[in-house]
Amino acid sequence: MVSVKDIQYTYPKATTTMRFPDFDIKAGEHSLLLGESGGGKTTLLHLIGGLLQSQQGKIELDGVNVAALSAVQLDQFRGKKIGLIFQKNHLINTLTVKQNLLAATYFAGNPAAPERAVEILEELGLADKLNSKVTELSVGQAQRVAIARAVMNKPALILADEPTSALDDKNCDKVISLLLKLANHSWATLLVATHDQRLKERFNRQIELKSTQIPHP
Amino acid sequence: MSIFSLVWSYLKAKPLNTALNIFLLSLGISVITLLLVVSRQLEQRVADNTKGIDLVVGAKGSPLQLILCNIFHIDFPTGNINLKEAEKLANHRLVKSAIPLALGDSYMNFRIIGTSQAYAELYQAELLAGDWWKEELDVTLGANVAALTKLQLGGTFESAHGLTNEGHAHEESHYKVVGIMKPTGSVVDNLILTQVKSVWHVHEEGEEKSNMSQPLDLKLIPGYSLQDSTKEITALLLKYKNPIAAIQLPRYINTQTNMQAASPAFETARLFTILGSAKTVLMGLAYLLVFISALSIFIALYNSLKERKYDLAIMRSMGASRFKLWSSVVLEGVSLTFAGTIGGLFLAHIMLFAFIQSIGDKSGLAPFHLYVEEAYLLIGGLLLGLLCSMLPAWQAYRTDIHKVLAGN
Repeated sequence: MVSVKDIQYTYPKATTTMRFPDFDIKAGEHSLLLGESGGGKTTLLHLIGGLLQSQQGKIELDGVNVAALSAVQLDQFRGKKIGLIFQKNHLINTLTVKQNLLAATYFAGNPAAPERAVEILEELGLADKLNSKVTELSVGQAQRVAIARAVMNKPALILADEPTSALDDKNCDKVISLLLKLANHSWATLLVATHDQRLKERFNRQIELKSTQIPHP
Repeated sequence: MSIFSLVWSYLKAKPLNTALNIFLLSLGISVITLLLVVSRQLEQRVADNTKGIDLVVGAKGSPLQLILCNIFHIDFPTGNINLKEAEKLANHRLVKSAIPLALGDSYMNFRIIGTSQAYAELYQAELLAGDWWKEELDVTLGANVAALTKLQLGGTFESAHGLTNEGHAHEESHYKVVGIMKPTGSVVDNLILTQVKSVWHVHEEGEEKSNMSQPLDLKLIPGYSLQDSTKEITALLLKYKNPIAAIQLPRYINTQTNMQAASPAFETARLFTILGSAKTVLMGLAYLLVFISALSIFIALYNSLKERKYDLAIMRSMGASRFKLWSSVVLEGVSLTFAGTIGGLFLAHIMLFAFIQSIGDKSGLAPFHLYVEEAYLLIGGLLLGLLCSMLPAWQAYRTDIHKVLAGN
């Protein structure tokens, strides 16, 4: 489903180029992307999710080469295919929980799906928070809403960047369970980038990221 | 969920900021609108009221006062002129027509004007009910007078001496209402018209009796024979026979007689020059207010973009295009200025309405008349919103999602 090949990326003004290892992930094969902090996990995740555009190589997702899409195509691609979760929830504070979820479909250009929002919140045990303000939620609840938002558009791939590193053991376990459950329910493949050792036992597939830095001539 | 509800949520999140920005702009816009509406209506009314009057002749004094008193009926008379002299002027070869005016009394602050039928014709006044004044002490009421005094056809009233309510009442003579005019939109609406003779009659102290020579039929007051030389009127409204009169007549009157001639066109132009500088100052202040409010909106948008850095990035990550972010910021700025402009227009008309109510609806101003310039103001308001959201919107457009979401 995801196939990464010969990827390289150079940050503006950087003196080295990052080269990433090749790998493939099959559909439904939830995977963990492990590596040191600052080792390029976020960069790779953003390259796959189309937040960054790789300058070389090929990233195939459902048969589409992400690296070759135009800026406008990339926006649409993100909206339709990718769900993103971050270490912080990054919810829009001025909106309610429900509006945050509906915003996801709106920005992706999909028809509004209030029933789906309710359905997902029920699965996450947050049905009573539907019309709450985001600022009234606890950290754990807010992170669950962020997960709900990521699956709103039924993405093919959910990319999670350190989703549990700000949570305690109990919440960590809860969040990752919900994440796996929701990914399965929406037929999405989950790729989690983390250095959190607690997650290792929950994933069968683990990709060890060893990016190499090539100095510029 | 749409771009509108998103923008609304941002505006709602800072209610005081939003209200202040809208209010500031409203204030500026309302002053501009008020100046526009009032000056337009004033000019229109001045033009309507001076139409057909080339020259006002009255007692010596301030020429502006003469015009204000005898055309607009807002100032006091400069004095009286001798009827005999007035009659001589009415028969002058350069005068096409002359209308006499005799002021002096009022009823409930409405002036009673002794005049001829030509005065009503000057303002194209028409009857709503009853008849024109024919007999002594008969009056025909202007539309506003009838509405506000509740006088009916056939009703009678005592006039008060002077042009305000404080004068002593002439209890011995009663005016009788014989007619009511339709609204004309001119000063006539606020006047009570009667014969010149009625005004004399009310003020006659009794001893004044004819000790005079041969009777002389008057042009100014048909059917009246000039028997003694002590009769006076307040002013004459003249119309020139030809353009030469405009040059010769005022000079003749001002130098050869002890009367004064004032040109409505000239005096009102002078008045507008005086008012014009005040208008310019107020206009300048209003534009300053608009400028400050635009600056305030710009700063508010610019600052909020810093707080919304993550919001913008997350929207992009969910599939929003750069243009959508750009337009959401522009929409926010434009909604502020649009609300401010609408509020300002509304405020201006409400303030004018309140002002007219407070002075008792005698000004003849129409508070809810809309001008095409107000539509231009509205378009200007939208452009202003575009202008002050341009730079913040451009920043939103350029949001580097990777940088923001990677957290460094």
